[in-house]
Amino acid sequence: MAVKRLHLMVCAGTGCVSNKSMEVKAALETEIEKHGLAAEVDVIPTGCNGFCGVGPILLVQPDGIFYQQLRPRDIPHLVEEHLLKGRPVQRHLYTPPGEKGTIPLMSDIPFFHAQVLIALRNRGMIDPEKIEDYIAREGYQAAAKALTTMSPQEVLDVVKASGLRGRGGGGFPTGIKWESTKRAPSENGTRWVICNADEGDPGAFMDRSIIEGDPHSVLEGMIIGAYAIGATRGFIYVRQEYPLALKRFMIALNQARESGLLGEDILGTGFSFDIEVHRGAGAFVCGESTALMASLEGNVGEPRAKYIHTVERGLWNMPSCLNNVETWANVPPIILHGAEWFTQLGTGDVSENPWGGSKGTKVFSLAGKINNTGLVEVPMGITLREIVFDIGGGIANGKRLKSVQTGGPSGGCLPEELLDLEVDFDTLTAAGSMMGSGGMLVMDEDDCMVDFARFYIDFLMAESCGKCTPCREGLRNMNMILQRICDGKGQEGDIELLEEISACMIDAALCALGTSAPNPVLSTIKYFREEYEEHIREGKCRAGVCKALITYKVDADKCSGCTLCARACPVNAITGETKKLHVIDPNVCDRCGACYDACTFDAIIRV
Amino acid sequence: MPVEVSEAQVHEIVERWQRSESFVIEMLQDVQHEARHLPRSALEQISREVGVPMTRLYHLATFFKAFSLEPRGEHMVQVCVGSACHVKGAPRLVHACERHLGIKSGETTADGKFSLEPVRCLGCCGLAAVLTIDDELHGHVTSANVERLLKRFQKQEKKAEVT
Amino acid sequence: MARLSVQSLNALRDQLQAERAGREGKCRATVIVHMGTCGISAGARQVMTALLGALEERGIADVAVSSSGCAGMCSREPMATVQRPGEAPVKYADLDEKKIVRVLDEHVIGGSIVKEYALAMGSERAG
Ligand SMILES: Cc1cc2nc3c(=O)[nH]c(=O)nc-3n(C[C@H](O)[C@H](O)[C@H](O)COP(=O)(O)O)c2cc1C
Repeated sequence: MAVKRLHLMVCAGTGCVSNKSMEVKAALETEIEKHGLAAEVDVIPTGCNGFCGVGPILLVQPDGIFYQQLRPRDIPHLVEEHLLKGRPVQRHLYTPPGEKGTIPLMSDIPFFHAQVLIALRNRGMIDPEKIEDYIAREGYQAAAKALTTMSPQEVLDVVKASGLRGRGGGGFPTGIKWESTKRAPSENGTRWVICNADEGDPGAFMDRSIIEGDPHSVLEGMIIGAYAIGATRGFIYVRQEYPLALKRFMIALNQARESGLLGEDILGTGFSFDIEVHRGAGAFVCGESTALMASLEGNVGEPRAKYIHTVERGLWNMPSCLNNVETWANVPPIILHGAEWFTQLGTGDVSENPWGGSKGTKVFSLAGKINNTGLVEVPMGITLREIVFDIGGGIANGKRLKSVQTGGPSGGCLPEELLDLEVDFDTLTAAGSMMGSGGMLVMDEDDCMVDFARFYIDFLMAESCGKCTPCREGLRNMNMILQRICDGKGQEGDIELLEEISACMIDAALCALGTSAPNPVLSTIKYFREEYEEHIREGKCRAGVCKALITYKVDADKCSGCTLCARACPVNAITGETKKLHVIDPNVCDRCGACYDACTFDAIIRV
Repeated sequence: MPVEVSEAQVHEIVERWQRSESFVIEMLQDVQHEARHLPRSALEQISREVGVPMTRLYHLATFFKAFSLEPRGEHMVQVCVGSACHVKGAPRLVHACERHLGIKSGETTADGKFSLEPVRCLGCCGLAAVLTIDDELHGHVTSANVERLLKRFQKQEKKAEVT
Repeated sequence: MARLSVQSLNALRDQLQAERAGREGKCRATVIVHMGTCGISAGARQVMTALLGALEERGIADVAVSSSGCAGMCSREPMATVQRPGEAPVKYADLDEKKIVRVLDEHVIGGSIVKEYALAMGSERAG
């Protein structure tokens, strides 16, 4: 038997790896070998734990001890103390921001204990490259249950009753989509299931984390979906910026085929289904359903009008069911534990109307000016305040929260007053934002809302495929107007013009890229109108972001004369001697901000 | 470092994807990987062997960001300019990289060594601001510490060249 | 891996879960019996059998039992290592069928180390 006394779960998510977690792992293995512990201690590289801000992360099981920010040189001491003597090493334990005492147990850390894991159920507990690890945690049990004890219709009914709605952005009820695909006429009976792993929303990385950390959960979801719908082939569309995700999918697919979980006669039940993987080539719009399917066919990813839905005629004109990575990952637990179990979490009532509520959990990526950045899975209906303050640990550097942006470029910026909003698909939309794919970006008083709207419009302008005029021209013009406002050249009437263009795009753009593109602009006008007005009327950017409207100065009280800023300045605009006050010459300064980043005393101010 | 791809290589790539029209994007990706751009000759060969018109291949080549018709540098510096990185100073970071490499973003250095590309999101928002140099990701980068990072890489690269 | 059926999937899961109980933080302790050649010739197999029998008798499922190679002190075999979560591992030496059951009852279940049999706690020698 291969039971080990200790299991060292080393986070090998992309974040921790960039912080050298693989070197930490190698150091652990060396020390373990040195002390002759190899037979007793297992070192397991796991997927992302979500607490990316404090990586590299190590969880010691069964003790439940959570170590953070480890460096390879910390390891010899840690192995000797913890592994040999059983004494956790205090200085590598987690300390909440602003507090002194450490929290040794992972389960006691607020970031983790407020979370409910369904899509991320195996996070940090398995080696994503080992199918055995997935099987040990009830992996493929749901597929086995569906294929051997349920009819396709019964599977479909459970998914419908669960109220699961698409996690890719729109929140379309998954069961209804499956049913439409199943019912759609197909001459030769061909139907496809497709997994959208394009994850183009800037600021969202849950799909990447699920694929990298638990690829089999997506495959299992697709097998169950294919069985319910009657599909024999599946496709996964992964964005090329995620090479590790692609690799994990390929490994998982091969393992599943070898184990008879994909291919002909799955689990000896007579059901056959296989999956092929395609790589995107870098286009945000390819996440849109019709564009994605065009791209799968080998064409450019331009959306088409949806008089006929893709569930009827999608990929190669066949009925096609497209779901997001996180949506697929939710399917196995729903089949295993039942619809009722799933509907216990979340908001509203979906028993009559599938749009009547948001059930289950949602994974959010917390980023921006928050203490605990990372990935969190929380029940639908949790308030923004709980996410930002209880789980996120509040705003970093003692600053004040200004806005929470949800939904990426299709979403909006919500103000502090809405912190008690209970987050679900419908409340966010009603507030002028969107669930989107679950990006959640926290901004503080140093962020300019006009600049931020400009940022998203600039992004969308670059990503618009250009096929329809409202989107192509609307974005170009909005970008021009926003740019001139940021440059201090805004005019009276610009705000109204932005609103007018927005209204036109919402009405007339071909796909959701264009119809939702105005959200960042409209929401910032709605909640932060005074910032637009200040830019236009007073030439003032209160956050100190818009270059044309600010000057960099040295705060005489804080400057220590360390010369860092003068050395960082590329245009030699800063003068001053060692240990003496430094001065920025505004006529030379090109406002690049290098001094601001270089100063370690917060002595560079923007006014 | 050559920026070419031989006829035999292109043929091998086409075969790898079973001459299938639905995998032309994959074929272009593989050619781009080999030659760091899409040479006209390779496009013509794919067009011939798979039976898709050149207009379609050019449409794809100019639509997707992964492709370029001009050779890219040997090393890619990709600065994330996604939303989370934006609020953590990505614009200043891009500026600093431009200054250090002596090129604008989207350009390649005269010696063909480096290309600087802004990318929309690398999905590591918890570590913002981030950039990658080739496949290696660096988190918590600022305009103040990026120069050291690039210099260190350039030094290693020089060393590797000598040996 | 061979192609799975529903039965073999379940069997595989059960076996894997037993091996991984500690990873889940679910077992109250792990006992490793050192079963190198020296250990076996000194009676490690009997110690293992006695341990497993005692666990079954007491209806205990959350103690992981495993074997490992020689602990490097052949003269003191049979040996076993007991680890309870959050505590230092303890190595016991010169064990036999009776002693291992006492270790099980007093240390693994009861939580107090059987000092007479203990060889070392962590890397430090006891007593
Ligand atoms: C411009 C645009 C980009 C999109 N990008 C993605 C994406 O990256 N990932 C995703 O799952 N859905 C994306 N969507 C939503 C998809 O069109 C589609 O609604 C979704 O994949 C369906 O899956 P779901 O019902 O499981 O959410 C995008 C939509 C638009 C309009």
